[in-house]
Amino acid sequence: MIALAVIFAFLLAALGLGLRARRGRSMDLEQWSVGGRGFGTVFVFLLLAGEIYTTFTFLGASGWAYGKGAPAYYILCYASLAYVLSYWLLPAVWRYAKQHRLISQSDFFVAKFDSPLLGALVALVGVVAMVPYLVLQLKGMGIIVSVASDGRISSHWAIVIGTVALTLYVTISGIHGSAWTSVLKDVAILAVVLILGIYLPVHYFGGVGEMFHAVDKAHPQLLTLPSSGMSASWFASTVLLSAVGFYMWPHTFSAAYSAQNERVFRRNAIFMPLYQLILLFVFFAGFTAILVVPGLKGADADLSLLRITTATFPSWFVGIVGGAGLLTALVPGSLLLMTSATCLSKNVYRLARPHTSEQHIGRLAQLLVPALALISLYFTFNGGSSIVSLLLMGYALVTQLFPALLASLAPRQFVTKQGAAAGIVVGVTTVAVVTLSDVTVGSLLPGLPQAVKDLNVGIIALVLNIVVMVAVSAVTRTESPAPATTAALRPEPEATAGTG
Amino acid sequence: MKPIHLLGVIPFLGILGGIFIANRVTPYVLGMPFNLFWLVMWVVLISATMAVIYRLDPANREEQSS
Repeated sequence: MIALAVIFAFLLAALGLGLRARRGRSMDLEQWSVGGRGFGTVFVFLLLAGEIYTTFTFLGASGWAYGKGAPAYYILCYASLAYVLSYWLLPAVWRYAKQHRLISQSDFFVAKFDSPLLGALVALVGVVAMVPYLVLQLKGMGIIVSVASDGRISSHWAIVIGTVALTLYVTISGIHGSAWTSVLKDVAILAVVLILGIYLPVHYFGGVGEMFHAVDKAHPQLLTLPSSGMSASWFASTVLLSAVGFYMWPHTFSAAYSAQNERVFRRNAIFMPLYQLILLFVFFAGFTAILVVPGLKGADADLSLLRITTATFPSWFVGIVGGAGLLTALVPGSLLLMTSATCLSKNVYRLARPHTSEQHIGRLAQLLVPALALISLYFTFNGGSSIVSLLLMGYALVTQLFPALLASLAPRQFVTKQGAAAGIVVGVTTVAVVTLSDVTVGSLLPGLPQAVKDLNVGIIALVLNIVVMVAVSAVTRTESPAPATTAALRPEPEATAGTG
Repeated sequence: MKPIHLLGVIPFLGILGGIFIANRVTPYVLGMPFNLFWLVMWVVLISATMAVIYRLDPANREEQSS
């Protein structure tokens, strides 16, 4: 009962912070979704970090360490390399976004390629990728609350209550709610993970080194990457693909718009990798669980962190772990919801009805939040168990936006809107076909050496994407030799745009 | 693109290339199996690399003085 009360207190605190954040601001779309572009280093840090420490990292990283061993280390690496890229990528994106007053990720494509249609395509790819990500957060939230409350609250009810709280503060406070809740979440998760990662190995084995020795003795293969399957070449290709896809998530991309100036990103590139090291302690907890709470198979490995917590700690602490876990679902969930709503409203609805006013678009975005929450709730309750494969598919999907984005940042724009669209369509289709039919590089080309067979299959989609993009651009370029340089972002004439 | 920016390539080599060589359990360093230690070391080195780039990049100096 104590655990439950503590979790509930966390929920109330998150809700309170979210609602408070709205104070003293009028919520037009720019304020609601990019915080009026006034966030400094600390807030941008927390927002971007807030999206990294999701339920997937909290339960998934420990679950992978528990079930798969060394391959889990990839989670530690890809974001760190993504921060290296961010040093150059984000300032360029931010500068352009500020000049053209962009709100969503699709706006960027609309402006750069002078094509609202391409923007709608990007928006749809983003939303399709984000729904499974949101479903995963909701599922994780259900698991956390039901295990931490010892089954007193069923996972269904936990999900419903959490979704209502989430929808409320996203609708009302927009990104200000997320930023303030991230503060609470980061403090809570930092404390919880450090305590678990240090205390558990010391308590059960006498230290981290002793714990690893014991794991190595019991399961000799677990601590190295295998020679086939999730091998070193799988590891390298997966890290690279995920690092490239990292900032292509629409919510991560547009969270970057909220910065005050571009130096914020360069400075964050120094500190964000260190923040990644918290994952190390998640791994420690997962590896300890292997010998303490053995026998969780398949998807149940995701329960390992919570099982070892309930087996080790008093009820009030279980409540704190559960509360922190709840926040890891709420914060990223809120950003996902808000971004999907903004994309749909601004880049898809606007395309169908170009003369809608800015205020109307803003209101529609807020109304779409509960609608999207309901859709996700439906998939959470009715979807199969293949959530993780859906998430990986989501990652592979958003990565397909990278070639066109990179090309658009070049000083001379070689890629045309037709090229960009064709590349994205081919890449996304390849990902869908490959994911749904369970193809691997090895099954396509059985004669190749093992290292090539183990490559992440997303590489193929990316290569096809680039080839098609370049080929189509070369063709369409000769037909229309005058590339648009003056970007007309807003589909409606300037006269009606002056409402804000 | 200034020469100093090329430093950004090093972490990719260290992690993506390095894992092929460093994929082993022994020797343990700081209580961690060698492959995990290797990756953790690179995460710290990324931070250091980015700090060096930040310091030496003239773009940041101009903005600071203004």
